[in-house]
Amino acid sequence: MLTLTEHGGFRKRAAAKARDPVHHEVIAKAIASYEKAFEQTRAAQFTNWQQARDLAAGIKDEVLARLPEYLEQFERNATAQGARVLWAEDADQARRHVVDIAREHGARLAVKSKSMATEEIDLNETLQRRGIEVLESDLGELIVQLAGEKPYHIVTPAMHRTKAEIAALFHEKLGVDLDADPQGLTMAARRHLRQAFTQADVGITGANFLLAEEGAVVMVENEGNGRLTMACPRVHVVVAGIEKILPRLSDLALFLPLLATSGTAQAMTCYASIVRGPRQPDEADGPQRMVIILLDNGRSRLLSSPLFRQSLRCIRCGACLNACPVFRTIGGHAYHTTYPGPIGSVITPHLRGMGRWRHLADASSLCGACTDVCPVRIDLHQLLLANRREAVRGGKAGWFWPAAMKLWAWAMRDRGRLARLRDWGILFERLGRGALPAAKRRRVPRLSRKTFAQLWEKNEQSR
Amino acid sequence: MKSEKVSLFIPCIVDQVYPEMGFAMARVLRRCGYDVSYDPRQTCCGQPAFNAGHWDQALSVAEVFVDVFKDAGCIVGPSGSCTAMVRNYYPRLFESHPKRETATRLGENIFEFTEFLVRENKLDRIRGSWKGRAGYHMSCHSLRELRLGDEGLRILKRIDGCEVVEPAGEHVCCGFGGVFSVKHEAIAETMGGARLAQFRALGVDVVVANDPGCILHMRQETAARDERLPILHLVEFLDQAMDRASDGYMEQCAGGPRC
Repeated sequence: MLTLTEHGGFRKRAAAKARDPVHHEVIAKAIASYEKAFEQTRAAQFTNWQQARDLAAGIKDEVLARLPEYLEQFERNATAQGARVLWAEDADQARRHVVDIAREHGARLAVKSKSMATEEIDLNETLQRRGIEVLESDLGELIVQLAGEKPYHIVTPAMHRTKAEIAALFHEKLGVDLDADPQGLTMAARRHLRQAFTQADVGITGANFLLAEEGAVVMVENEGNGRLTMACPRVHVVVAGIEKILPRLSDLALFLPLLATSGTAQAMTCYASIVRGPRQPDEADGPQRMVIILLDNGRSRLLSSPLFRQSLRCIRCGACLNACPVFRTIGGHAYHTTYPGPIGSVITPHLRGMGRWRHLADASSLCGACTDVCPVRIDLHQLLLANRREAVRGGKAGWFWPAAMKLWAWAMRDRGRLARLRDWGILFERLGRGALPAAKRRRVPRLSRKTFAQLWEKNEQSR
Repeated sequence: MKSEKVSLFIPCIVDQVYPEMGFAMARVLRRCGYDVSYDPRQTCCGQPAFNAGHWDQALSVAEVFVDVFKDAGCIVGPSGSCTAMVRNYYPRLFESHPKRETATRLGENIFEFTEFLVRENKLDRIRGSWKGRAGYHMSCHSLRELRLGDEGLRILKRIDGCEVVEPAGEHVCCGFGGVFSVKHEAIAETMGGARLAQFRALGVDVVVANDPGCILHMRQETAARDERLPILHLVEFLDQAMDRASDGYMEQCAGGPRC
């Protein structure tokens, strides 16, 4: 289905979710427990959180200022370890790389770790269309895959699902007892996955960080399935955005706890895997081949913008989603983007086109909660504002609002004109109010019979 | 600020919808010993267009604002959001504009009501009584743009018999957001409902807020539900609470219209 703009659909989906009290309750509960744990973890983990944010933003900015050099350094060092590094300018090129590798190795089954970069390029659909089965190895991702959905949240993809819903899903798809407890459900998923790890030809993962000096790929997770995805199959394919670079191993001392704290309110994730190249001659296990695909897919456009470059500092922790009152209200699926919430509304129009995605920036009250929580200090609400401005300047804001704003500005520049427009407004209000349904009528605010300016003059004269 | 003269900044929502808030602020300021003036040529700071991305229109309105207030001295308004617009965003809006310096200077002279009173050490002039539990809602722009803290709470705690409460945890937006609440009505309504639910859970008798935008939005929400929870601007609340105190200030104040 090809539409010129996603706007109408987004408004409808968002409104439907906003009016769904069950959805609201599930998300509010999940986020409340995150928020509480986050405060505790942050206090225990960081003596100076603001300084940690400054430091992290500074390191990322240094990388972004010389990104081509860092990427080449990474390529050299990863290649020296025996990995193959491929570049992908866009999603299509990245998909072709993965398909070629899979075909080269006669792959029939691939296991995949949780990875937003692979979501970004619709990798599962592509491989499946070519007869290669893909199994999600992250429990949350497995749940949404079995349900035929996209991830709801970039860190917790099945956040919107209740235990009962998951039990029903696993009952239908994996033959688990309907009354299974969370432990039982997890064990069922484990049995389902363990077999696949031994049979899969290719393991596909993302990366949380790429270390330039070591040529290493860093991935964090809590289940251990990601490292099985890396280690068991013959071939390990990494798909990673070019912004994932950190200069060196020692930077992880800051970035691992930062990501764990902001992402899942943990001091550290249960697993942090740092891998360099495929199985070495003196090693007993690991993949025979390792291919790292460095994905641009519009990131260079963000890099070349002095204002939007900071959005590439993002470590995909999801804190801005959790903090956003709009995300909490409409959830992750309404956006129809890989990256929902504030960061998604900032970057998607630049990655995928302002014309079609400009409406995302409008779905914000500019409350600034996102900016306050971002661990790498991205000025998210300022960038949302900048997207709105860019849409208007590029003539992509439709006709209604530009015309309305012109009329508004014409009136606001002069008290006399404002008074005339106001008379029309009051007339319109009197006529229009009756036509509104009762619930709406109560909601629409009434203009005061006289303005403050009129009343003040009268009042001061009688003083 | 040594001057005891203040110039009123009456945001467009107050001018057009809630003039009583402006008079309440004027009365409270007079009781605190200020000589209050008002220039009726002012209309709006330009924020509605600015936040919607229409910077040309915002600038054309902001130019008028700068002309009106350029010699005003100390300016006080009942809105954190509008104050933040002038203080934080005029320098950017007026970038490479001949009036940039004047616009930036305005930002240094304009104050949100609660920050002004605390900054000026006028807390001891606030005396009044009101018995009940008041929930305080500070606007997001007061918190995150002006970086205000407990100014409003400190002022409200001056009122005898008033128990002041705030919802626990991170501050949550009420869902107003200017044009946002028009473009995304359903989202804004749910956000408003969620914010009010926090206050209801605290069993408040009144919600007191420091921004007319938030108040407009929350009142819409209570009106739609036919709910009796009053939502007042802090200046209205003070004005009424101070009336109840026999503090001798009454004679000095001219009564504006009460709605």
